[in-house]
Amino acid sequence: MRFWLSLKRAGLPAHIGIIVIVLFAFAAVFAPWLAPYGESEVVDAVPWATPEESGTLLGLDQLGRDLYSRVLFGARNTIALAMGITILAFFMGMTAGFFAAVVGRWVDLLLSRLVDIIMAFPTLFFALIALSIFGTSIPVLVFVIATLDSTRVYRIARALAMDTNVMEYVEVARLRGEGLWWIMRREILPNTLTPLLAEFGLRFCFVFLFISSLSFLGIGIQPPAADWGAMVRENGVAITYGIFTPLVPAAAIATLTIAVNLVVDWFLRKTAGLREEY
Amino acid sequence: MGLTRLIANRIAFGLITLIVITLLISLALEALPGDFAEQRLGQSATPETIAAIRAQLGLNEPILVRYWQWLSNFLQGDMGISLSNSRPVSELLATRLGNTLFLAGASAIVAVPLALFLGILAALYRESLLDKLISTSTLAAISLPEFFIGYILVALFAVNWQIFPAISSISDNMTLGEKIYASLLPIATLTFVIVAHMMRMTRAAIINLMQSPFIEMATLKGLKRGRIVVHHALPNALSPIINVIVLNLAYLVVGVVVVEVVFIYPGLGLLMVDSVTSRDLPIVQACILIFGATYISLNMLADILSIISNPRLRHPR
Repeated sequence: MRFWLSLKRAGLPAHIGIIVIVLFAFAAVFAPWLAPYGESEVVDAVPWATPEESGTLLGLDQLGRDLYSRVLFGARNTIALAMGITILAFFMGMTAGFFAAVVGRWVDLLLSRLVDIIMAFPTLFFALIALSIFGTSIPVLVFVIATLDSTRVYRIARALAMDTNVMEYVEVARLRGEGLWWIMRREILPNTLTPLLAEFGLRFCFVFLFISSLSFLGIGIQPPAADWGAMVRENGVAITYGIFTPLVPAAAIATLTIAVNLVVDWFLRKTAGLREEY
Repeated sequence: MGLTRLIANRIAFGLITLIVITLLISLALEALPGDFAEQRLGQSATPETIAAIRAQLGLNEPILVRYWQWLSNFLQGDMGISLSNSRPVSELLATRLGNTLFLAGASAIVAVPLALFLGILAALYRESLLDKLISTSTLAAISLPEFFIGYILVALFAVNWQIFPAISSISDNMTLGEKIYASLLPIATLTFVIVAHMMRMTRAAIINLMQSPFIEMATLKGLKRGRIVVHHALPNALSPIINVIVLNLAYLVVGVVVVEVVFIYPGLGLLMVDSVTSRDLPIVQACILIFGATYISLNMLADILSIISNPRLRHPR
């Protein structure tokens, strides 16, 4: 009840954000029922046929597949992948961060130095190295991006856990003889969850944009699976012929990112005063 | 800690990062199934030819020896041989690197003054209509993928109005004017992305500064706004502004890769992405090292400059 009330008072930007996210989630979940054609079904062997020529909503892509159906399936693939990677990154980053904060000493020093080194190098280049060595498959993609992204989570989780770790109730738990896992899960986690949740939204945006960029570069999700970034890459040439439908998946990426940002903004204002300036 | 010691520490960290990363690449290459020799020979691989190539390329040496050889060769300009067309990597890289530097340099020349001007303006007239307009549009701009901005510019300027070319073909025998004309859209895309980031950071840095106690003191003392900005705020703003500029130049290194692919601009980024797809590892290795070294040195420079320009950083707790 209180949740609905605060949701109602969230303001227009947050409402727009929530509506967009719900719409995208709906499209992702029900893609097979909403799409008039299959994910890689060739409707007509005319590349880039216009909506009028092909009788479809957005026209056809470079192989004559229905663009609208592929945008829907793309929502499914891209969002699910980004979600999975973000969850994995949080699991890894939070575990390592809490662990470093609670244990301290050399474990903290070692993990923090390692994270420093990874963060001193652009994520894109790390991903390029890893993908050129291990090849581009979904498991490699998930593991590589999750590992790289977990360094950012680690920093925040460690800082938050450091503050919580010196509280009396943690000391009480320690004196009571609770183990490391209990302290991390039952004492630290509940008291650091809210700021981490806001961070989840931002990390999701980052991962989502990152996968799209990788797919756009041709080293992310591989065809024939539909993916927004890859669709822009495959159909980008058509723009120079004056066919603007390839901008639709790109616009979808932009819309979802902005929507998530709007919601995160509201969430941060609600929980911790004002959002940081940058 | 003395100033020189602090700077030496920072440089050491940069070098260690670079060494760890190149070492990681070499180690990972070791773990690859198959090897250079087999890949290079392809169909004509027989046990004898593989052994010969392995010996010729020095693949039988231990990993650390080979890493050292690769590093010392690299520093002397010998970056190995491309797997796909057997040409020396340094030859392939030379013109590409020049093109990328041209693109990044031109974008920086436009973006830096523009972003600083807009950022300071937005910060000084905070909460005004202008500030809100600038802040909202930059928030939207940083949420957009680079390629989206690139293609929108193509759709508008290359297709709709047909003023600029959609594909930037650059060659050595073009004049500077022709080069700028051919690469105007990629420059505009990069500028747009960088300005958005840099402006937000400048605005945040200046606002942060204007809220500090000594500015409040100057205001309460009854000083004119112009005098506060020029005499009190600007000298202290130097350090954060230098930081913002250099950090964004580092970001340019990453952004250039995607933008080059959008406009098929013949630069280092495009070469790197193509080589990742064809798994031409010597080229990837060389590109990563060049990009990575630039990125790390720029970040290092940002830290060192802010240590020099802000004496408070010299005495960390």
